[in-house]
Formats: sequence, C-alpha cells, structure tokens
Amino acid sequence: MEALLHQVLSGLATGGIYASLALALVMIYQSTNHINFAQGEMAMFSTYLAWTLIDAGMSWWLAFLITVAASFVAGMAIERLLIRPVEHAPLLTVVIVFIGLLVIFNSVAGWIYSYTIKSFPSPFPAEPVFGGLMSAHELGAIGVTLVVLVLLYLFFRFTPLGLAMRAVAQNPTSSRLAGIRVGWMLALGWGLAAAIGAVAGMMVAPVIYLDPNMMSGVLLYAFAAALMGGIDSPGGAVAGGFIVGVVENVMGAFVIGTELKLTVALLVIIVVLLVRPSGLFGKVFVTRV
Amino acid sequence: MAHVSQALAAALAVGLTLASVAHAQKRYGPGASDTEIKFGQTMPYSGPASAYGTIGKTEAAYFRMINERGGINGRKLNLISLDDGYSPPRTVEQIRKLVEDEQVLFTFQTLGTPSNTAIQKYMNARKVPQLLVATGATKWGDPQHFPWTIGWQPTYQHESQIYAKYLLQNRPNAKIAVLFQNDDYGKDYLMGFKDGLGSQGQKLIVAEASYEVTDPTVDSQIVALKSSGADVLVNITTPKFAAQAIRKVHDSGWRPLHFLNVVSTSVAAVLQPAGLDKSVGLVSVAYFKDPTDPAWKDDKAVHEYFAFIKKYYPEGNPADGFNVYGYAVAQTLVQTLRQCGDDLTRENVMRQAANLKDVELPMLLPGIRINTSPTDFYPIEQVQLIRFDGKTWVRFGEILSR
Amino acid sequence: MRVKAQARWWQIAGLLAALALLCALPFVLSNYRTFQVTLALVYAIVLLGLNILTGYNGQISLGHGAFYAIGAYTAAILMDKFGVPYWATVPLGGAVCLVFGFLFGLPALRLHGHYLALATFALAVAMPQILKYRRIEDWTGGVQGIVIIKPDPPAGVPLNQDQWLYLLTLAVAVVMFVLAWNLIHSRVGRAWMALRDHPIAAEAMGVNSALYKASAFGISALYTGVAGALGAIVVQFVAPDSFPGLLSITFLIGVVIGGLASISGAIWGALFIQFVPNIADQISKAAPWAIYGIFMIAFAYAMPTGVAGFLRLIWSRVTRRAAGFGKRA
Repeated sequence: MEALLHQVLSGLATGGIYASLALALVMIYQSTNHINFAQGEMAMFSTYLAWTLIDAGMSWWLAFLITVAASFVAGMAIERLLIRPVEHAPLLTVVIVFIGLLVIFNSVAGWIYSYTIKSFPSPFPAEPVFGGLMSAHELGAIGVTLVVLVLLYLFFRFTPLGLAMRAVAQNPTSSRLAGIRVGWMLALGWGLAAAIGAVAGMMVAPVIYLDPNMMSGVLLYAFAAALMGGIDSPGGAVAGGFIVGVVENVMGAFVIGTELKLTVALLVIIVVLLVRPSGLFGKVFVTRV
Repeated sequence: MAHVSQALAAALAVGLTLASVAHAQKRYGPGASDTEIKFGQTMPYSGPASAYGTIGKTEAAYFRMINERGGINGRKLNLISLDDGYSPPRTVEQIRKLVEDEQVLFTFQTLGTPSNTAIQKYMNARKVPQLLVATGATKWGDPQHFPWTIGWQPTYQHESQIYAKYLLQNRPNAKIAVLFQNDDYGKDYLMGFKDGLGSQGQKLIVAEASYEVTDPTVDSQIVALKSSGADVLVNITTPKFAAQAIRKVHDSGWRPLHFLNVVSTSVAAVLQPAGLDKSVGLVSVAYFKDPTDPAWKDDKAVHEYFAFIKKYYPEGNPADGFNVYGYAVAQTLVQTLRQCGDDLTRENVMRQAANLKDVELPMLLPGIRINTSPTDFYPIEQVQLIRFDGKTWVRFGEILSR
Repeated sequence: MRVKAQARWWQIAGLLAALALLCALPFVLSNYRTFQVTLALVYAIVLLGLNILTGYNGQISLGHGAFYAIGAYTAAILMDKFGVPYWATVPLGGAVCLVFGFLFGLPALRLHGHYLALATFALAVAMPQILKYRRIEDWTGGVQGIVIIKPDPPAGVPLNQDQWLYLLTLAVAVVMFVLAWNLIHSRVGRAWMALRDHPIAAEAMGVNSALYKASAFGISALYTGVAGALGAIVVQFVAPDSFPGLLSITFLIGVVIGGLASISGAIWGALFIQFVPNIADQISKAAPWAIYGIFMIAFAYAMPTGVAGFLRLIWSRVTRRAAGFGKRA
C-alpha cells in the first residue's frame, strides 16, 4: 500500500511535467487548430536562454520574466515569419514545417550549449516534502501548472480576446468577416504558447536536468495527455497529464514491469481514445449531413 | 692485405646500404602516402545519442594538434568523421562510403554496439582494421573470429564482475537492486554482474528496473527499487539519468551501498548536478583521471589536457568525461601509428594494434597500462575501485585485472 | 481523344526510358553508390505504401516505421532461424504486415486526424521496446539484433552482390508501382479517395467504409513490409535501434515532400530522405540536422503540394500555353 502511494505521488510529479507542456499544446491548438510538434524544443530552447541569464548572475525570477517575455515575442515572430507562408498549404505541409523547426531548435541548442547536462536551479526551497517522496520543487511546479491552467481557462472563457482567438481557430473566414485581425490572433496564440512552454521548461528542468534532448521524451507523453484529456480542454489536458504519469508509474511498478512500461502506457492511452475518441473531457463533435 | 680489407669494406658498405634501403622501404595501403594517413569514423552527431558526438570532436581536435606539431613520422593525420545518428543502416552506408569511396586505411572509434555489429562482418571480410571501437561490449575482443576488430576500454562485463566479486566478499547477505538502461550497454553490464555473482549469488538480486533513453525521469524506478527493501544499488545509467538517480536515492531517504558505472562518474558533469553531498559513498571503478577531481589539481597531465581543450576544442566541455576518453584513445592511436613506422599497410596497422606493450598514457591512472597481443584484443584490462568522499574520488584497493 | 492517345504514348516511352536508365545504373556507379540507390528504392516502396494510406485514403500515419520493422524482422528471423531463402522472405514479410496492418486498421477506424496520428506514433515509439523484450529475445536477438548474410547472385549470373540486390529491388519496386497504379485507378482507389474527401457521401453511396479503410491500412502495411524485408537484406542487419520513432517521422517527411496522392511522389520523397541528410552532413558538421530542417522548410514553402505536385503544376502551365485556348487545365 505504501509502495503504491509512493508510486502515485511520483506519478503526479512526472504527470505535472507532462501537464505543463500539454497546456502549451492545448494553447496552440485552441488558437491555430494545429498541434505544433516543435513546442517541446522551443520550450527547451527558452530554458537554455534562462540558464544563460542565470549563469551570468541574474536572479531567478528576473530571468524567468525576461525569458517568458522573450519567448512570447519569439513565438509571435515565428508565426508571422515562418508559419505565415504556409498558412494556406495543406495540413501535412504545415506539419513538415513544424518538424523542421523541431530539428532546427534541437540541433542548434546542441551546437551552442553542447550535450552535457546542466543543472537548472529551482525557485522553491530544497527540502523534500511528504517524507522524501516529493520535492518542494515538484509540488511547486504542479502548483504553477495549475495556476497557468486557471489563467488559460479564464482567458479563453471570459475575455473577448480569448473568444476572438477561438473563433479564428475554428473559422478564420467568418472571423475575418466579423472584423477580427486573423493574422495577429494566430501570432498571439503562438506567442502565448511559447510563453507557456517557457514556463513549462523552467519548471521541468530542475527535475530532469537541462540538455538538448530534455523535451524529446516528454513531448510524446504531453501529446498523448493532451489528446486523451481532450485537445480543446485545458483542464482535460492537465488531468490527462496526471493520469498518464500515474498510470505509467503504477503499470511499470506493479503490473507489467519496467521493460514494457512505455508500451503499456501508450496502449492504455490508445484504449481510452478508442472508447472516447474525443478524449475524456473533450467536446464531441457530431457531423450531420 | 689491403685488397682484402678494401673488399671487406666495400662489401660492408654495400651490405649496409642494402639493409638501410630495405629498412626505409615504404609500404602503403589505401589512404596512406608520404604525406598523410587517411582514416575514418562514424559518430552520432545527431539523434538520441548525440551526447557521445563530443568524443569525435575531441579526437579530431587532438589530431589537429598532432598535425600542427608535424604529424606522425612526417605524415599528417586526416580523420574523416561522418554522422550516423546512431542508426545502424546509416552506419553501414557511411562505413561503405569511407571504405569504398574515400578508401581509408582503417576506421577508428566507430561508436555504438549496434553500429559496430552492423559493420563487423563487412570490415573483416574486406580486411579493413576496425580499430579501438567506442563501446565496452565484451564481444569485440575476439581475434579468432574477427581478427580485424579491436576495442579499447575495459569491458562492461569486466567492470560489473568486479562489483559482483566485491559484494560476494564484503556483503554476502546483501539485498541487491539493479537499475539499468534498456539497451546493449545496460544489458551487457547486467549480464556481467549476474555472471560475476554466479548462480547462488544471483539470488541476492531482489529487484531489477530498466528505463529507456527516451524516458524523462527514472524517479519511478528508484521508488520501486527502494521499496524492494534492497540495501545495495547497482546503477547502470548514462550521465543524465545517473544524476537523477543519485539525487532521488538520497532525497527519498534511501542509503544503499551505491555502485555507479564508470560511464557516469564525472564530478562536474554528473555529481555536481546531482549534488556533491548526495553523492557521498558512491563506489565505482576508474581507469583514467577525472580532470575535475580536486585530487588531480596539480597534475601535469591534467594541466596539459586542459590546455589542449582550451586551444583546440574551446567549445568542448573539459569537465565532460567523454572528452577525456576521446583524448586518451586518440593518444593510443598515435602510439599505434608511430609503431607502424613506414609500413602503413592495413595488415601492419592491425599488427601494431595487437602489439601494444605496456603503453602508458598521461591521463590513465598510475599503474594502468595498455597491453595487446595477437590473442589479447582487450587493450585496457585494469581498473581501480574508487569511492566518493564528498569532494573527490578516492582510490582504494589494488589495481584489478580481468 | 487523339491528344490523349499521344500523351499516353509519350508517357509510356518516357517511363520505359527511365526504366532502362535505372537498369543501367549499377554498371556505371560504384558499388557504394549502387547500395545507396538501392536503399532509395526501398524507401520509395515504403513511401508508396504510406501514400496509399495517407495520400489517397486520408488516414494519417506516423507509425509506418513499425511496419517496416516488422517486415525487416520477419525477413531476418526467417533467414536466420529457419533458413528460408532471402527472396522468399520478401513476400512473406509483406504478408505478415498485411495481417498486422489490417488488424491495426480495424480499431483505428474510430480515430481521426490528430488522434490517429497519436495512435500510430505510439505504435512506432513502442516498437523498439517491444523488439527488445526479454521474452521474445530468442527470436529477435534482443538488443544485439540479427546479422544477416548477404545473398549472392544466382549461379552463372555475372553480377556482384550489390548489383544483384539492386536489380532485385528494382524489379520488386516496378511490380509494386504497377500494382499501386492499377489499384489507384480501379474501384478500390476511387473508394479510397471518396472516403478521404467525402466520407459521409461515400458511405451513403454504399461504399463499405470499414472494409476499405482497414484494407487501405493493410495494403499500405504490406508495401512497407515488403520494403522492410528488402531493406534488411540490403543492410544485412536488424536491431531495435534501426527502427526508432524518428524513422516514422522520416517516412512522413518523405511522403509529404515527395507529393501526397501521387505515385511519382514516392520516388522524389525517397530521394529526399536518402540523400538530403548526406548533403546536410557535408554542409555542416556542427549542426547537420539544422541544415536538414532548413531544407525541409524550404521545400515546404516552395512546393507545398510536394515535388510531384510542383512538377504537375509546371507541366500543366506548359501544356496550357502550348495547347492554346479552349483547353481547360
């Protein structure tokens, strides 16, 4: 029983990692109707930026603010400069551009910073909590994720800007007719997603150490979590992240052993999707002829 | 009398001339000439194993330094290093390019067990030396079946057998937990460990957990291993996961006898991120010096190494154990090529690689020497046990041979 | 009508000329280059299969690396453990994958778009772990993989191994391409495309959606399995590390850049994924994949419908000018 509790807590901690990146994926999907596969690498790159600032002597919170702001601007710039040319291209062509961005960010980060792992400091105190089962940072990171979740939810639900962004994602033509500046809404979406990604990266790096491949493994789980929870539901994505983390750990520790942990975790996710093809908390769309 | 002595002198002169001509006769295989020695390698400069790419960069930098100092026997070293992304099909493609297109004399430090397995048959069929492969798998030291393939570092199985023997001697009632990377490297270590324990000793293992390189953390595995009640942990992880594991073990309040594999012992690259205070008591083996270890702070060889990195590979991280490794292997190759003299055929290169006698390298631990022979294709077979005291790795016991 | 017959004549002549050129290649290129082109041909077969599923039937798959692995391992195990001759393992690899593909396609019927992408990608990512699984290690060779002996040409044929394998692969590729062409231009192909473009209308017209969609998966997997078997024989080695998740992404890149819903697209895409990484490697040793990414993005900008789509566009512009007024493009 105790072992189970340990694994669950550990799973919540890992799940928090998946949830934080899943939020960035939800953001980009809600605002552009695309899933940006480069989101993880962008988050990693933002974290390296923060690391450079902190390494030069800046305080953690100042570096945090600057990095988030810079990532926001960079995200908008990427959308306007790199994604705009393929705005009207077929979906899969846009996916190629995302993959291209992914490999570019990964490769450039490796070139500039090398592949040796770097420590990334945490703003939270160092003492473990819950008798050593979780660190204060992991708890704090989960807290930050939940705060971002609430902010996102409020933004999309209750602000005119959020409404405009959702409209643009679902129906750009009508939105334009309604007077919304479609191009800037898309850019804003990218900027916000990049900012959320930067936050995710800075929360994740103290736990799993900073290296160019930091987010590669996380991206698949974040993607899975977001889809399983419902790609259009920030709350669902976060719930999905925690569920994936806990299920993966419990499966690996008690059911199937670590040798097939990844396989079984993915299998569980697929089964959930088969039963509820729009995700656990997603909206079901019914097409009628 | 004068005629005889004159004739003798003439004969002697002729004989000496002939002898020196025979001695100075140069023999070249593909890729070798009066001015250069061309050789190749494949390294994962991209992909999931790109952390190892720095080994290739260090080696290239070292050969640049040698070239600036005049090369070997007057010849420049021309290393052609290609990216294979740790993908065996690409390794095959790149090696074929090196051998058939570029006509290299030999390959050097091709990295990765699957990559080397993919090309081993080809290299031996073509009789091209596959020198100093960058993997610790045990199967490379097999001159009978694969006379053209030779490794360099102490094998994984050798190392884990040392841990096994240590446990059998000092902790015969241990409860052992093992964390290993789920690939050839991890499994080779695990096999060596189990072999070292023997069929009785294997009962001491109470828990095993593996992880994939794509996993974000190993925290769950550590939690599971801890709850098995084990009091010994054998940690077979690469640097990133080693740091995570060391920290998690400590933070969760577990204090096992913690063996750490040699790949992840760098003070600056692994222990510092994990936390030096959390690394106290770690046991491992070493065969080369950790330049970031305060024990070597005044060591001349370490200073030379730092100077080399600073001048020839400034973007490299001198704390990275991989770079020290690359430096030492490069020196081994230089020694081999020096021994070849002017006979730079593939056969002779292989012959000299199998003829290294008591070679000492500045970055190897004192007392550890490189030895090969036609029946011994394991250049380094000695290691020493080390324990971390919070600041530095302290060597203990004698040098252990295979 | 006459114009069409003429165009047909030209097309066939062009294809035969290309084929003749391809047959001559191994005798002018070095063995190493022949080997590279053989690999490109293998990838072309994969991309053809992927195009059937994603291009013509609209089901996105990020998991074809898994079917490639299944085909490759089938060939390797049959050759290594059962002594099956190499040429027989190719159709067998295809058959095994046909079954797996169809079985995977059935539950996949419930998933669309991003969800299907995730499900297929999950399969691709899990495959290396499955291949390493201890319990089937005796068959798969576990982490060490299986080394395959390179086949010799049949007795009396004056070719070397590389040339023989190339011609064999070329022959298989031609057969697969002709089959694909026939399929696409038959009822089956039309059903696939109808399901891609107007699924509800198609079903209303009586197209058995489940059967056709699952069979698209199956046939697509069959192609990939055949290619996997060939690939294993050409490379002479299979290991879990040969089939990472990245391989599936590479196949997707190939099929999109080559041109979706196009048979010739498979060739362009295969050339891209086989040779552009080498070019990128030569341009930059420090960050080769960054260069590869730039190539990808550049191609996506310049040719959003792929190379095949781009060529079709140029061709239609040229013929439009040549044919004058009265002919719609």
